[in-house]
Amino acid sequence: MPMAASDIEALIKMALPDAEVTITDLAGDGDHYAARVVSEAFRGKLRPAQHRMVYEALGGRMGGELHALQLTTAVPN
Amino acid sequence: MTDTNARIGEIVGSNDVVLFMKGTPLFPQCGFSSRAIAILDHLGVPYETVDVLQDQEIRQGIKAYSDWPTIPQLYIKGEFVGGSDIMMEMFEAGELKQLISEANIAPG
Repeated sequence: MPMAASDIEALIKMALPDAEVTITDLAGDGDHYAARVVSEAFRGKLRPAQHRMVYEALGGRMGGELHALQLTTAVPN
Repeated sequence: MTDTNARIGEIVGSNDVVLFMKGTPLFPQCGFSSRAIAILDHLGVPYETVDVLQDQEIRQGIKAYSDWPTIPQLYIKGEFVGGSDIMMEMFEAGELKQLISEANIAPG
């Protein structure tokens, strides 16, 4: 069950309002995405914790209806 | 569930570098697992793998074990490191190599 890129972005921004979210549809099939999320909320956190925050924002869809999401997280420069 | 946790703990505790993946190193069944294997091979570090497709208990249990929703998952010296995206970021930054050398794992 594919998800729209705009839905992914909206969910992330709901949890991390300052986040800058860039989503790329890797295969053009609405099912394989890459997301880059830049947020001040990640500062001081290790990468697994940063990724968990995004997974949490996606509310359990990760690993389920959202199979293929390559995730990159960063803090603003 | 606690049984599965104990089994996972045993696997993670008895292997310095272990990857829970879909498929085998020779025949990965998912692009993310394939990428994780490519990184480990490139690092030249000895590693064990667990094919979660062969074990439904571990496939579900591993997600709870580290509160991480996806597979593959890499563990070094009993510690959860991350999935394939984190592995790639750490590899590119030279951090994975550093982690392995600090963990004192003999090259394969």
